[in-house]
Formats: sequence, C-alpha cells, structure tokens
Amino acid sequence: MQEIVIDVLLAAVILTAAVFRFVIGARADSGMTKKQKRMLERILVASGVLLVLQLIPAELFVRLDQFLFPSAGRWLRFALYLADYFLIGYDILRKAVKGILNRQVFDENFLMAVATVGAMALAVYENGDYLEAIAVMLFYQIGEWFQSYAVGKSRRNISDLMDIRPDYANIERCGALEQVDPDEVEIGTVIVVQPGEKVPIDGVIVEGSSSLNTSALTGESLPREAAAGDEIISGCINMTGVLKIRTTKEFGESTVSKILDLVENASSRKSRSEDFISKFAKIYTPAVCYSALALAVLPPLVRLLALGLAADWGTWIYRALTFLVISCPCALVISIPLSFFAGIGGASQEGILVKGSNFLESLAQTKVVVFDKTGTLTQGVFEVNGIHHSHLEDEELIEYAALAESASSHPISKSLQRAYGKTPDRSRVSDVREISGRGILATVDGVEVAAGNDKLMEQLNISCIPCHHAGTIIHMAINGSYAGHIVISDVVKPHSQKAVAALREAGVERTVMLTGDGKKVAQQVAAELQIDTVYSELLPGDKVSKVEELLAQKTGKAKLAFVGDGINDAPVLSRADIGIAMGAMGSDAAIEAADIVLMDDDPMKIAKAIKISRKCLGIVYQNIVMALGVKAACLILGAVGIANMYLAIFADVGVMVLAVLNAIRCLFVKKL
Amino acid sequence: MKKTYKIEVDCANCANKMEDAARKTAGVQAAVVNFMTQKMTVEFGEGQESKAVMQEVLKACKKVEPDCEIFM
Repeated sequence: MQEIVIDVLLAAVILTAAVFRFVIGARADSGMTKKQKRMLERILVASGVLLVLQLIPAELFVRLDQFLFPSAGRWLRFALYLADYFLIGYDILRKAVKGILNRQVFDENFLMAVATVGAMALAVYENGDYLEAIAVMLFYQIGEWFQSYAVGKSRRNISDLMDIRPDYANIERCGALEQVDPDEVEIGTVIVVQPGEKVPIDGVIVEGSSSLNTSALTGESLPREAAAGDEIISGCINMTGVLKIRTTKEFGESTVSKILDLVENASSRKSRSEDFISKFAKIYTPAVCYSALALAVLPPLVRLLALGLAADWGTWIYRALTFLVISCPCALVISIPLSFFAGIGGASQEGILVKGSNFLESLAQTKVVVFDKTGTLTQGVFEVNGIHHSHLEDEELIEYAALAESASSHPISKSLQRAYGKTPDRSRVSDVREISGRGILATVDGVEVAAGNDKLMEQLNISCIPCHHAGTIIHMAINGSYAGHIVISDVVKPHSQKAVAALREAGVERTVMLTGDGKKVAQQVAAELQIDTVYSELLPGDKVSKVEELLAQKTGKAKLAFVGDGINDAPVLSRADIGIAMGAMGSDAAIEAADIVLMDDDPMKIAKAIKISRKCLGIVYQNIVMALGVKAACLILGAVGIANMYLAIFADVGVMVLAVLNAIRCLFVKKL
Repeated sequence: MKKTYKIEVDCANCANKMEDAARKTAGVQAAVVNFMTQKMTVEFGEGQESKAVMQEVLKACKKVEPDCEIFM
C-alpha cells in the first residue's frame, strides 16, 4: 500500500517539477535562479529514475544471479539505487562532510546525511527498502527547493510593492529630453516629469500643473493637485500633466531615498521573537542529535542488560534516524523574519513606515497612547469655528470682521480672511484704529464696526454675551450695538474622534493628551474626543517628564506610544517606548526621531498600525506554536515507533510550507 | 566605518550562522545579516582595512555555510 502511495507521489512530483522547470521556469519573470533550475532538473531526473527502479520487479534482479555470479542482482540493484541516491543527495552529503571538517557538525545537512546514510545501510543489510532513504532525501530536497523559491518570490514581491525607487530623471538638453541617473542631478537643475512617471527628486514646480498619485508614499488613493510654485516630494507619480521641477535636494537626500533606506533596513532590527528563535535553533539541533543518539543506544542496552530481551538494534536505530529527520528547525527560522518582513511591507503600502521588526512587535503591546494635541488631533491651523448670537447673516458678519481686520497681519485676521474667502476690498474700509490688546475700530461702507475682545466692548460700553466655547472670541459691534461673536479655534481633525474610538477597540486601555494650550481648550477637545486624561499648559520640557511619569505608571509588558507631529517633540518621541511621528512627508527631523512614521496626518492610521502589528504578531505566534507542536508530536510518535521516516519528512516539509504561506498573510493589511 | 554588501544565501538559519561567523571575525565590530533583503551590513573596527577583513569574513562564512556568496 505504502509503495503504491509513494509511486503515485513520485509521478506527481515528476509532473509538477516538469511544469515548474519548463513552463514556469521558462518565463522571464519567473524569478527562478539558475541554482533553483538546476536543482529542479535534479529532482526531475532522480524521481524519474526512482520511479523506474520501483517499477522493475525484484525477481528480475534475482534472475540475474543465474547469468552472472551469485548475488550479482543484489549488488546491481544496490548500485542503481545508490547512484540515484547520490544524484539527489550529493550536495547534502558534501555539505555535511564539510560541516564536520569545519567543526560545524550539527546542521540540517548533517541530520539528513546521517538519517539517509543510516537508512541506506539498514537497507543494504536487509537487502530491502532502498526507496525510503532516497525518498526522504528527495522530499527533503523538494522542501528545500520550495522554501527557497517561495521565500525568494515573496521577498521579491514585497520588495516590488515597496519599490518607489525612480530609475531615471529627465533633463531637457537642446530641446530634447535626456534620461540621466538621478544620482547625477545637481541641486537647482530643472527636471521634467512626464505623465505616468515617478518624481525622482524633491523640488519646486516651476512650470505646469498636474494631479499627483501619492499612494506609494501615504497609502492615500485620492490624487493631490499641484501647480507651479508648489513644493513636490519625490516618490509621487505624476498622473496628468507635464511638470518642470527645479530640484532642491540631491537624490540621496530626497524623501524617496530616505524612505527606501528606512524600509530596507527595517528588517535588520530584529524582534525579540526572531532572537528567541535563532537562539532556540542553536540549542535545539544539538539537543535533538544527542537525543537521537541516546534513543539509538540506550533502549537496546536496557533491553539487553536489564530486561534480558533481544537488543533489537535495527528498530531503535531506525527510530533514532526518524528523530533526526523531524528535527530540522527551518520552518521556524524562516517563517518569523518573513512574517515581519511582510508585515513591514504591508504597512508601508498603507503609508505607515515601521523602522524595525522590534517596533512592530512592541506596537502590538501598546496599552497607553499619548497624543500631542496640536497638529496631531487638531489641524494646528486656526479657523473660524462658530458664529453666535448674531442678528445678521453669518456671511455678512464675517465680511464686516474681515474688512475691519483687513489691514492686520495677525493670525486671527488671517483666519477671518480665509473664512471670508474673497480678497477684501480695502477701499470700503476707512478710519481704522487699532486698540492694542483689545481689537479694532473701523468704518466699513460707512458703518461703524468694532471687532475685538470683551475689554473692547467694555470700553465702548456695549454689553456682550460671553461665550462658553473655548478659543479666541471676537465680539462684534455694529453701529454701537452688539452683533454677536465669532469663535476662532484650532479645529479637530475630522477623523480624530473615530481614531480614538478605534484605538480603544484595538485594545488601548488609556489615552492621554498633552498640550501647551490653556486648560479650557484642552478639556473641551478631550471631552469631544473622549480622551481619558489631559495635561494642559505644558512647556516642551514638561512633556518629556509627563511621559516619564506615565512610563513609570504602566505595568508589566504594556507599552507606551507617543504620537506627535514631529515638530518640537523629538525628545518625547525618543523617550517613549514607541515614537510615532505623523504628517511626516518631507520632515526629516520626524523621520529621524520616530520609530514609526505615518506619512500623512490621518490619526486613523495609528489604530491601523496597531492592528497590523497585532495581526503580524498573531501569525508569528501561530507559526511558532504550529511548528513546535507538530515537531514535538512527531518526535514523540517517532520515539515510540508509530511515525516512520515518511511521516517525518512530510511533517518537516509540510510545516515549513504552511508556515511560509501563513507568513505571507502578513502582507494583506488593507482591510484591517 | 559601516559597509553594506549584497549576499546570496538560501536559508534563514544559514543567514543566522553567517551573521555569527562574521561577528566573530577579527576586525569586525558588528555585523547584521538581513536574509530578507539579502544584505550584510558590517561595521569595521577603528583603522581596519575593509577589504582584507571582508576576505576573512567570506572565509569564515564559507566555513559555516559553503553555499553562501558575498559580493564585494
């Protein structure tokens, strides 16, 4: 029965290997290396030969004895199988010998060599089943091949996804476009970016307008409009019009180079799980080897000496060899860095740059999130946020205010101008008197307008209605009578509230907001966003000490993340367990100081980053548990003699394939 | 001084072994092998000639993993 199964399997292997070698491997984009193609050919030939040898009936060899010398058939059969064994396994044997010579005894080559040579020796001794040794070697090689192909392929896929590297820059010379290496473009050169091309270097648009696809940088799919005079960062894709850009940085200093550098080096910072596994592998392999030796020697000796039974060496050696086959740690060692790599790749597609596997790992344990208010939860731009108690139309009141303040360059006046939306006609304004610290009196269209704080109203003996909203209040009086007030305040970002709720959903236990603003403003924003704790009126230095206080309060493995906009908060970013900088497009300081960089300023991305890291960590743990569990089960089954070598090799290869496929799931994070 | 080299190595465990071997080589202060990007970053000690040290690193790596390659 088992023989038939193996024959069918061999036929399947031949077919699959042929398809891989001659159909997939023939494609230019298959990504198969020469080494992999050669290995595939070896697998193909070796399994073909093995199948033929299996199909020749044993009597044929027995009959050979009559024509030649006695037991000639037996030796010929052995020679043929041995040739096939060497064909498929010579490199493993060579590596095992080299390993021993180099005092690197315990590796998987050694395990496989000992196991299969042992099985071959047992087979010669019994003139029996050579198939087993060769099949084990064959399936091991197939497993190795698959691993190298799958890993290589996913590695390339992930790298391609992250590939925002521009290959060339266009420079106009003598009326014709010339493609040059972006590295050679000097600062101040005018480059041309045509529709469909990537912007290779940071700069300022001098001519043309277009929509830009920034999805490779931010994960944001809405195109961004850009016109002459706008700054433009590299890595965007120009979609519609031809742009001429004067470069402001060298290629190496441009955003795109910085990001590439960051992402490529990210997986070099190893996570604790990776460290654990590489340490584990170092102990594990020798441990299994010694246990196998013990299994081969001790039970027969006990049987022989203590129980007075036959030693039964053959059985116990076979079990020990099975033990060795199961013990290869590759599934574990490969799947964990691959999971992190895929997770980092998936995150970077969403505009979340993670600087290392270790940060992705600790992000999953985030229990406290500390926000900086301005620029993180709020826009950091002052805007007209409300008009109250006005008897006039809102637009009319704003118009009066904007005109009255039109001579001023104060930020408040600017936000009024923005709310007005038109260029104020100064000729309508006359007789402007600025009362320092109070406001402005002016005549607009012959109407007397007063705009200012409550002190101004007091001075004019006009009773005003105080506002219960936080922010800067501008009371308006027209022709000496109160006309309501305008509230100007920093606006909360549209997604902030949802973002805080999403964080809570993602398992964050405490949210804290730090701000330099006044208490009233801070508490109002916190209440609106349902943030647990607020610390207001902090100086930049106080923020560091507050974060340190919070770090001391948390317990156990919980991690604290600080989210800032990268301006003025670099010390806090580096003090927190995880520093998250947002809206970092083009801000070098933020990219430098933070552990995780959100390319756009949408606070929803924080929760998304945590979810990605949770998913990634989940997959890592699944792989560790699955691989160790299956191996442990097989080791026990092998020791008591239930599992044979086939089961062992399928367990090994199967677990590895599953672990690699599972690891690749980390890449799919769009819907989290 | 820090330099990054392209490498070729098939299995992740072998990459770990290469990293170990490189770290133990004289003249190397720190070494990180990134299996995923197939790169090795080596930080050399003060006043070390990177080329000579890398020859040693390559030798040490070949010892633990005959199949590996470092492109210099």
